[in-house]
Amino acid sequence: MKAPVKIRVNGTPREQEVEPRLLLSQYLRDVCGLTGTHVGCETSICGACTVLLDGKAVKSCTVLAVQADGSEVTTVEGLARDGALHPVQEGFWECHGLQCGYCTPGMIMTGIEILQRSKSPSRAEIRHGLEGNLCRCTGYSHIVDAIQYAARKPGKKGRK
Amino acid sequence: MPKGYVGRPMKRVEDPRLIKGVATYVDDLNPPGLLHAVFLRSPHAHARVRKVDTRAVRAMPGVIAVLTGADLNEKLGPVPCASPMPDQKSPRHTALAGDRVYFVGHPVAVIVARDLAAALDALDTIEVEYQPLPAVIDAEKAIQKGSPLTHPELGTNVAYRWSLPGGDVDAELARADRVIKVRMLHQRLTPMAMEPRGCVASWHPGEETLTLWTSTQIPHLLRTLLPGLIHVPENKLRIVAPEVGGGFGSKLNLYAEEIVVAHLAMRLNAPVKWIETRLENAAVTTHGRDQIGDYEIGVKKDGTVLAVKSHTVADLGAYLQLLTPAIPTLTGLMLCGCYKIKAMRMDVTAVHTNKMATDAYRGAGRPEAAYAIERLMDLVAGELGLDPLEVRRKNFPKPGEFPFHTATGLVYDSGNYQAALKKALEMAGWEKLLKQRAAARKQGRLFGIGVSTYVEICALGPSKIMSAGGWEWGSVRIEFSGKVTVITGATPHGQGQETSFAQIAADRLGVPIEDVVVYRGDTNVAPYGRDTYGSRATALGGTAIVMSIDKIIAKAKVLAAALLKANPKQIVFEAGAFFVKGRRKSAVDWKRLAGEAYVAKNLPPDLEPGLEASSFFEPPNCTFPFGTHVVAVEIDKDTGQVGIAKYVAVDDCGPQVNPLLVEGQVQGGIAQSIGQALFEQTVYDEGGQLLTGEFMDYAIPRAGDIPDFLLGSTVTPSPSNPLGVKGVGEAGTIGATPAIANAVVDALAPLGVKHLDMPFTPEKVWRAITNPGATPRVTSVGGKGGKR
Repeated sequence: MKAPVKIRVNGTPREQEVEPRLLLSQYLRDVCGLTGTHVGCETSICGACTVLLDGKAVKSCTVLAVQADGSEVTTVEGLARDGALHPVQEGFWECHGLQCGYCTPGMIMTGIEILQRSKSPSRAEIRHGLEGNLCRCTGYSHIVDAIQYAARKPGKKGRK
Repeated sequence: MPKGYVGRPMKRVEDPRLIKGVATYVDDLNPPGLLHAVFLRSPHAHARVRKVDTRAVRAMPGVIAVLTGADLNEKLGPVPCASPMPDQKSPRHTALAGDRVYFVGHPVAVIVARDLAAALDALDTIEVEYQPLPAVIDAEKAIQKGSPLTHPELGTNVAYRWSLPGGDVDAELARADRVIKVRMLHQRLTPMAMEPRGCVASWHPGEETLTLWTSTQIPHLLRTLLPGLIHVPENKLRIVAPEVGGGFGSKLNLYAEEIVVAHLAMRLNAPVKWIETRLENAAVTTHGRDQIGDYEIGVKKDGTVLAVKSHTVADLGAYLQLLTPAIPTLTGLMLCGCYKIKAMRMDVTAVHTNKMATDAYRGAGRPEAAYAIERLMDLVAGELGLDPLEVRRKNFPKPGEFPFHTATGLVYDSGNYQAALKKALEMAGWEKLLKQRAAARKQGRLFGIGVSTYVEICALGPSKIMSAGGWEWGSVRIEFSGKVTVITGATPHGQGQETSFAQIAADRLGVPIEDVVVYRGDTNVAPYGRDTYGSRATALGGTAIVMSIDKIIAKAKVLAAALLKANPKQIVFEAGAFFVKGRRKSAVDWKRLAGEAYVAKNLPPDLEPGLEASSFFEPPNCTFPFGTHVVAVEIDKDTGQVGIAKYVAVDDCGPQVNPLLVEGQVQGGIAQSIGQALFEQTVYDEGGQLLTGEFMDYAIPRAGDIPDFLLGSTVTPSPSNPLGVKGVGEAGTIGATPAIANAVVDALAPLGVKHLDMPFTPEKVWRAITNPGATPRVTSVGGKGGKR
């Protein structure tokens, strides 16, 4: 039996009938076609699937689509405005905060939440904030640089 | 800052699609009519398969097909091993299990359904009757008499024995003042790329061609290997590695699932997708390392090393994957490290066990070698009461001694080990660290300093040492518009060569980098290649591009000469302009030349139209990057927790095309090394159940576990390629683990600890603190001091 859900995804209202067991990550990827949200595990540890649910970072592999009914979801595809990158996206590009790119959308969404909580977090605070997101390529230093870069904008500029 | 693009820390051209979430990984592909495959896997490490009942499944809604080994194995070739050893005893590795299963995760059946949920529902409905059999789990027990057998039909668990003798090791050991013996474990690791494996296969019935999109490092090797296994001619097979979410050697393979999914697409005449779960990734994607080594090192009183010897038991797992048997041989080749050692010998006993296969994992055999020799050098210093830095310096070849011939038969291309060590010590503030350690020890704190001076073998590597060719291919085309298309046979998957190769091409052609686009990873676009592994892409793939550009420039000079009514020998090429010497004003540029080359009305009689060239680069030798890592650790006495207080790395990978990318490679490699040193270990229980099947149980480092690194470099060009580059992808995983181990053992030295095996988990370190007498023994024979 399918259940109706109304979810605003990246500003666009969507109404669908979904299976109650459908995960939010599957809803975004398979129903909305937004494949920027990645899935790297089944235990909500890796954080590749992190999205913003009503402004808060959640792991979309452990939220059911029906639980998101009536909510606003932001994915990595919804960050750039009029062709301009979000400051956290810009930071990842400027600071080489990614290599294979698979964990990156989740890292960016978590980075946004870290900056919502603290305007100028220390490196240690950023590292603590990233504990729910795994990266196997970068060794994290450049990711911390990237989030610091975004925190400094528009104070500006350059790498560490 | 250099004048051109090469040498500049440029941000990557591949990043916008990745940070916007619009890049295409294999799971993002959904061709119309797509079917979904899932595999039923063995829950047993070793069992007889008595019965597989699939009747109930076939009737389930959405299920298209259920196939077992009996249905498929005769139709498909076996999973290949490209590096067999002489007299190797190994089983035929069928795509699906037959009447036995040999490891947890061994695929028994495949289900194809209209959607993934239907396939997963069906999975639980297959009934399999297993008769569990004794499992072989411990590689050392496996070679004892009376051990159960992994593959009873082979009559032994020994897959092969291999020896690498170099010089008269017994004579050198006999004349040594001191012989130090230690047993060291190199634990099994799980690569855990963030993107699990997966593939989509699509059969095109009109053309009778097959496309396989797969998360792989080696699309070209797959195109070479797959035709004979799935019975599709090579020229009707297209392999695409789309965006690949990390490999680290675990995607340097041809897996059973790729063979089966390719076959299913043809058999069912529909596109078929299979995406690995994380549980599957931990269980059935190749593991790394897993060696147990008994080492001996013979030295003179002054610290001069005479000989090193090892007997190693290597755990290969149940089956041989692509390069499984070759990995321990790389350990042997690099066992002398960056030292002048007269004689060496390595004997390997490689063993089958009821576990997943081991194979290449970032470093692939070299981390084991670097770890062994660097631990041994510290033990030598400790036993002789010498400074570990002095022992290293004493045994380094001098910069003038390169090319340097090792006892293992390798020729190290170039090196200046002294310079890297010196720089690392300066950056680390060595004297200050010594004082810090002394002060900490006075207060009863456990503070240790560790150094490793490593060398690695990269840019693999001449065809004579590789089973399927060690060259690399590249192609460059100046388009009609003057834009530049670069195609590489290397298959970067996160390393950033779309940027660094564009830097190389733009400089050499004298064009803006914005005009250059680099393509990779699709065998219909890059027909030949030997792909990305062994830190080879820039040294070999970059050179193939340089060679192609040089061919184009030579042709362009002939064309320019015709246009300028001059002799080709009079033509000068500078910053993208061709002109007669002294007459720069009348220069012709690439756009003009390309237009003429394709319109082809004013060409000299012998000149073909077009402006493109391709090249195969066959390197004369491997490259041998090196460096020094310095680590300071402080151990919490109460918990055994190891904290990294300082991390300094100086790596020499030759000239750096893009220092920002080099920094990224080094940082990522060190982080993986810290994972191995402090956290990671793949664990099977006595019955062969995998206990580390998820991120819950297998601890890859988190952001808070990794310190900021202080990185530096020295530059010693390689004579093995015109760019002089050496490769840097694996430096971190080779240089860092021994430095951390040396620091941890140094911290515990006041308690009498001489060696400890990785990973240095809090529990293990706490046990060493509370009972140092139970830590691994180090035997020291001869000279003063005698036995411990």
